[in-house]
Amino acid sequence: MDISYILFIPLIPLAVFLLLGIGYQKIKPTVSGYIGVAGLATSAALSYYAAYQYFFVSGKVDGVYQTIVEKTVWMNFTDTLHIDMGILVDPISIMMLVVVTTISLMVHIYSRGYMHGDTGYTKFFAFLSLFSFSMLGLVLATNLFQIYIFWELVGVSSYLLIGYYYTKTSAVAAAKKAFIVTRFADFGFLIGILIVGYYAGTFDFETLNAVNPEGEGLLLNWASTSFMGLSVITWGLLLIFMGGAGKSAMFPLHIWLPDAMEGPTPVSALIHAATMVVAGVYLVARLFPMYYFVEDGFALNVVAYVGAFSSLFAAIIALTQTDIKRVLAFSTMSQIGYMMLALGVSSYKGHEGVGYMASMFHLFTHAMFKALLFLGAGSVIHAVHSNYLKDMGGLRKYMPITNITFLIAALAIAGVPPFAGFWSKDEILVAAFEKNQLLYFVGLFVAGLTAFYMFRLYFGIFWGKNTKYKHEPHESPMSMAFPLLFLAFMSIVAGFIPFSEFVTADKVAFEAHLNLPLAAVAVGTGLVGIIIAWIFYKKENDLAERFANAFGIFYKWTFHKFYFDEIYMFVTKKIVFNLISTPIAKFDKKYVDGTMEGIGNKTVLISEKIKGLQSGRLQDYAMFFVSGVVFIALIFIYLWTN
Amino acid sequence: MIAGISIYEIFTLTSILFFIGIYGFITRKNLISILISLELILNASAINFVVINKYLYPDVLQGVFFSIFIIAVAAAETALAVAIIINLYRQISSVEVKDTEIMKY
Amino acid sequence: MEKIVFYILALIMIVSAIASVSSRKMLRSVIYLLFVLIGVAGIYFLIDYNFLAAVQLTVYAGGIIVLVIFSVLLVHHIEMELEMAQLSKKILTGISCLIGLGLFLFIIYTNDFKVVENSKTTSVEAIGRGLLSYDSGGFILPFEVISILLLAAMIGAIIIGKGDKLTKNDDTL
Repeated sequence: MDISYILFIPLIPLAVFLLLGIGYQKIKPTVSGYIGVAGLATSAALSYYAAYQYFFVSGKVDGVYQTIVEKTVWMNFTDTLHIDMGILVDPISIMMLVVVTTISLMVHIYSRGYMHGDTGYTKFFAFLSLFSFSMLGLVLATNLFQIYIFWELVGVSSYLLIGYYYTKTSAVAAAKKAFIVTRFADFGFLIGILIVGYYAGTFDFETLNAVNPEGEGLLLNWASTSFMGLSVITWGLLLIFMGGAGKSAMFPLHIWLPDAMEGPTPVSALIHAATMVVAGVYLVARLFPMYYFVEDGFALNVVAYVGAFSSLFAAIIALTQTDIKRVLAFSTMSQIGYMMLALGVSSYKGHEGVGYMASMFHLFTHAMFKALLFLGAGSVIHAVHSNYLKDMGGLRKYMPITNITFLIAALAIAGVPPFAGFWSKDEILVAAFEKNQLLYFVGLFVAGLTAFYMFRLYFGIFWGKNTKYKHEPHESPMSMAFPLLFLAFMSIVAGFIPFSEFVTADKVAFEAHLNLPLAAVAVGTGLVGIIIAWIFYKKENDLAERFANAFGIFYKWTFHKFYFDEIYMFVTKKIVFNLISTPIAKFDKKYVDGTMEGIGNKTVLISEKIKGLQSGRLQDYAMFFVSGVVFIALIFIYLWTN
Repeated sequence: MIAGISIYEIFTLTSILFFIGIYGFITRKNLISILISLELILNASAINFVVINKYLYPDVLQGVFFSIFIIAVAAAETALAVAIIINLYRQISSVEVKDTEIMKY
Repeated sequence: MEKIVFYILALIMIVSAIASVSSRKMLRSVIYLLFVLIGVAGIYFLIDYNFLAAVQLTVYAGGIIVLVIFSVLLVHHIEMELEMAQLSKKILTGISCLIGLGLFLFIIYTNDFKVVENSKTTSVEAIGRGLLSYDSGGFILPFEVISILLLAAMIGAIIIGKGDKLTKNDDTL
């Protein structure tokens, strides 16, 4: 199978970025919008073609999906250790290509309406294209180092997009926060890469993930070196997961995600819902055989528990937030925790690998309905010019399309059949139930919470009290409505894709079937959540308020996100800055700088004194010359005659 | 060969001349005086060439040729130096070394 | 006899040289230099290089000295007294030069020169042939180079000596 055309999928957005970036001053906004959309549309078309080719025509050999790699050596260290650049095609990368290009295309189209009239219109599209390029490159990476390069590129473009409204202080702060937090996590990632590279002797996914026909990992020398009771490779994997957790906003590195909502809403939909934040999930999935086989999956267990905890934690916080984008942000974090959980409870072979499949499935469906939710929220914000629930209510009369599509997305995320979320969530719960009952109950509880806070949001925006608006809210233009409709359609049908046919841990298709009792329980939980939300928020009443008051301090804690931001601020400002950085800075200023400046000052002083020697008087020079020659000659004669 | 005079004595003479030249070169404050000191130095070395030729390698004439060349180069050099000095005198009305120091800028 | 002549010459040269670098009158200084140069010519006569002595006399004593005298007369009053260096500088230079002289003499006297006893007289013809010879040891190339150098120096001296007038009146040069 010739895969070279896949190279164009990331390269076209790059070309668009360069074109728009260089011609920023010259290109008219309308034209740049069309260029951006056209570029992404081409990429998306190529991705669909690639997906068709791979899944239905030539990807499968003897029932196993092949991993196809095309690469060139970029930097050569030793015979085995070298950094390559190339593209890697296997089921998950193809799936991610489809997800990224689809969502990106929708967001591009949507942005044409949403960003209309903005002064930095062209710049915005350039950044979007840069992000698309980075994300697609990340997806197609063939080795850890290449993925790291694109990982950082993704971080940079995310920074640029979050800080897009750079005149707003909060946006700049949020951009910095996102960048610093993820960068901190990437520090762990880099160390992990180096550890794995050093001890495994390669960066290549193929070699790292190699599995023999009996279904055992081939990276068997993992046990050779150990550190603090764990194999070094496990430490490496944990550090790599730290990088993934940073990008995917897993506890405790989640603090940047809510703030990142300062960016334009399409950006939130693209980056902080559907694509970039799942990079961590993708990374773990990419190294899944390694996580699974090394030290009997210790690192994978960590992934599962971190995922489950983040999921629960974020869901609880989401209950109390009043900024609709923040609710969605915590919801995203919660759902990604779900995916991590699913990966964590997965096994490798055949049907036992259902968790892996479910995780990827959920990634796929979640991308669709979460992007839809964000775009819908953007549409609402566009209409009422506010992020806060208190400014909304009764919007269903004004914005029918947004209302319907938002409802579909909410139902999807709540896990109501037959919408997409139901199918993927069900698979996750099945996987968790088979492996670890505790995690299953956490998952179930989170599902209920999700349904509740989603419908709290839905009823709060579209039903509830009838707010008096200064400007009559209006339905969004077609360019914004079309992506909503398309994604709503996807949210309905995506669940029926037989994912286990395509994406599995061992790349062999298996038959997934619905586990009716578990599905019934999950749906029941979701419905309970919806009904409670119905009672609380359908009509304007003070039930919710009384409830919140009953919980008192706990409510307050949750509302302040358990004071995590404050804790981090305390740790960094009070402890790190005051106790460590300030003395070091003083030392630096006093001694290091002092030494350097002293050398400089002394040089100046001495120069002042001896600059008379450079008098420009020929006779003085002759004098020095003669005396010098005589002196040196004397020394030589003394040395030679002895 | 000078009867009764060894090469050492001639060398002593030329060394003395040479260092007198250097002394003059460093201490004199007038461009023409410096030129004169230079002539002393040149002559001292020219004598050395000739004497070494005569005393150590009487069969060849290299030293003599070198002396001729030194004389020729000295003539050219003096002509140029005098031209420069006169030109300088036109410009700044002085041939003192301290007045020519502005040339370093 | 020759010994006495040499010593007299040496004495004249050293005294004249010292006088030349320490005289406060410019013209006298040049004349003392002339004595030194004549003394050098005398040394050449003594060691039987008559041609060289003649060249020395004509070019140095005849040409260069005249040139220098002319320049002195152009830029100085005859009676003008030269400014002298500070004493400290003189002493410092003097010490330095004395040490250097001592060094030279030390080296010269510790070196064993292999003197070949001879009393050859060199003919002008031999010098002329040597200068124009192409063979090994021939000096035809330096000879030509020195001719060019002299020409160049002559033109250069004229241009520099003419100075402003030339460049102002004729921009083509």
